[in-house]
Amino acid sequence: MSKYYLDYLEELESEAVYVLREVWAQFQNPVILFSGGKDSIVVTHLAQKAFHPSKIPFALLHVDTGHNFPETIKFRNDLVQSLGVRLLVGSVQESIDTGRVSEEKGKNATRNALQITTLLDAIEENKIDCAIGGGRRDEEKARAKERFFSHRDDFGQWDPKNQRPELWNLFNGKHFEGEHFRVFPISNWTEMDVWNYIKRENIQIPSLYFAHEREVVWRNDSWIPNSEFLQLDDREEIVQKKIRFRTLGDITITGGIESNADTLEKIVDEVAAMRHTERGNRSDDKRSETAMEDRKKQGYF
Amino acid sequence: MVDNNQLLRFTTAGSVDDGKSTLIGRLLYDSKSIFEDQLEAIENTSRKKGHEGVDLALFTDGLRDEREQGITIDVAYRYFTTPKRKFIIADTPGHIQYTRNMVTGASTANAAIILVDARHGVIEQTKRHAFIASLLQIPHIIVCINKMDLVDFDESVYHKITAQFEEFSSKLLVKDIRFIPISALLGDNVVNRSENMGWYQGAPLLHTLETLHISSDLNKVDARFPVQTVLRPQSETFRDYRGYAGRVSSGIFRVGDEVTVMPSGFTSTIKSLDTISGPLDEVIAPMSISMTLEDDIDVARGDMIVRSNNKPEAKQDLEVMLCWLNDSPASPRTKFTVKHTSNEQKAMIKEVIYKIDINTLRRRTDDVELGMNDICKVKLRTTKPLMVDSYRENRVTGSIILIDDRTNETVAAGMVV
Repeated sequence: MSKYYLDYLEELESEAVYVLREVWAQFQNPVILFSGGKDSIVVTHLAQKAFHPSKIPFALLHVDTGHNFPETIKFRNDLVQSLGVRLLVGSVQESIDTGRVSEEKGKNATRNALQITTLLDAIEENKIDCAIGGGRRDEEKARAKERFFSHRDDFGQWDPKNQRPELWNLFNGKHFEGEHFRVFPISNWTEMDVWNYIKRENIQIPSLYFAHEREVVWRNDSWIPNSEFLQLDDREEIVQKKIRFRTLGDITITGGIESNADTLEKIVDEVAAMRHTERGNRSDDKRSETAMEDRKKQGYF
Repeated sequence: MVDNNQLLRFTTAGSVDDGKSTLIGRLLYDSKSIFEDQLEAIENTSRKKGHEGVDLALFTDGLRDEREQGITIDVAYRYFTTPKRKFIIADTPGHIQYTRNMVTGASTANAAIILVDARHGVIEQTKRHAFIASLLQIPHIIVCINKMDLVDFDESVYHKITAQFEEFSSKLLVKDIRFIPISALLGDNVVNRSENMGWYQGAPLLHTLETLHISSDLNKVDARFPVQTVLRPQSETFRDYRGYAGRVSSGIFRVGDEVTVMPSGFTSTIKSLDTISGPLDEVIAPMSISMTLEDDIDVARGDMIVRSNNKPEAKQDLEVMLCWLNDSPASPRTKFTVKHTSNEQKAMIKEVIYKIDINTLRRRTDDVELGMNDICKVKLRTTKPLMVDSYRENRVTGSIILIDDRTNETVAAGMVV
């Protein structure tokens, strides 16, 4: 060995692998929350590392809003097949049809908040005691206070003022019937770390992250993709632009940025030069200063 | 970014109004780690609150209650990167009642920044912060004497505070203490060298953080490998594979090393050290790997694989420095689950030997009830042996937590004496 220390990416990787193995050892029925976004892809990749040469011992749980990028769904299906893991889908459409939730109205309506009910229902139905997420503490101020092992009561709620202290790397996943945990193996990663890691490991990601031509409309300071769900007002106009997405969520709320970055190298360079946070293009976070905190308390990802 | 960059975790401690949030804001701002939308957001808030200019402290504001009350409730983690290093800040609140948070933030830190207000000098809280940093064995302490602008950048103030700090810190076990006079508000000696304090010859804070020598802080002598789980793929290609998955706590393991599995005492030889990218000849802390042995012996989660010529002690009776983290005090004869590496046993506090008066650092034997934020030396009895090293020698194999079986809450953190 040439050096007797780990570099920062190796250390973050090792930490995440350790956390994933703790999950497997401490819970009965853990799943990976899989959105098709880069963070959940990286978590899935890390799970491969953690259990190699065994298969990933977790199912993937996708909360499907019905407002997907078709590219994301194809990516998800291909990945599930190549890994040989089980896929669970919680459908927001079904939650709407069965009257569990009702749809928001108007131009800025999204299904973002509706996912909470679908997610909690899926957790209950499948008797999931741990949902592994790709959340990172650098994303948002409410997330900066999140634990690796985050306890949820039997209503699925997060109580930020009453979190279990987390010391050293001794994770306490003990819980009572009906409660569950959210675990965030890449808590300590930043957006830049995720991209550097994707590049170093050459991890496959959906084509949406690379610059491509697309029909879009300018709304809330970003380029919203045209889709069957898009409602235009009088002043809005569909145009053709070369864009890429920094984060992936619902097709209705995920804004793209103009970019020519069509390779991982170019994306890493572009992200390094960015002057705005990645969630700056997400209208779900723009609703109020505490939008994320409020949703998290109710049981959001 | 250079590929071989290391990660440095540090914690910040200061009393209310010592300017801790401003310092962190300044570090992030001057190292260009703040995005424009974040800056706009706090510019707006600064204006709404009627502040002059941008209040950098707002960067670290978190939850709604905290913003409304202007305090920090919980440990918050912040990230920034320079061309030399990646940093993780555990930002812990300074109020008296939050010893628990400081202990939490300190548990994984390579370095601690302790803030002292230049106008007030070393106060009881400073001593408490330094004590906790030494208790948690943070290898490097950087004392930032802040608000130097309010004492006319006077060198004698700096020397006076340095002397005050050194006087009481000589009683603590800290390997490396440094002092830096700063003004977080104006940016002096944070990222950029101060023009107002030419008399200070040392490095500014960021440069200090970038160059602290941390590779030697890891214990490279005592090879310890707690087993997290056993990998048995039973697939075509790996039919007889039996790998012990875990993360190296300390020391170095090499293929061919003679090892002992504790507590069973069986011995074998390391056959391979595996990762998904292929086998390695040797592994160091804190690498996560899968280890296979030459002999087919019984190994399970909770066991520890160690080099046969250097073993930890297997103990059922432990003396532990315990920090109580829960609102409800410990009642006598309560049974706990103790977690130590991947090992879990039942435990009972047999005796509280003394309590440390956190303000005077004196030992008290008259009051031995364990309540929130108390730090005590206790005798612990476990149902089965734990394979421990002293915390001073090994922060991973010397640390434990106690979980109350009735509530499942983590109620105490302990360091093996």
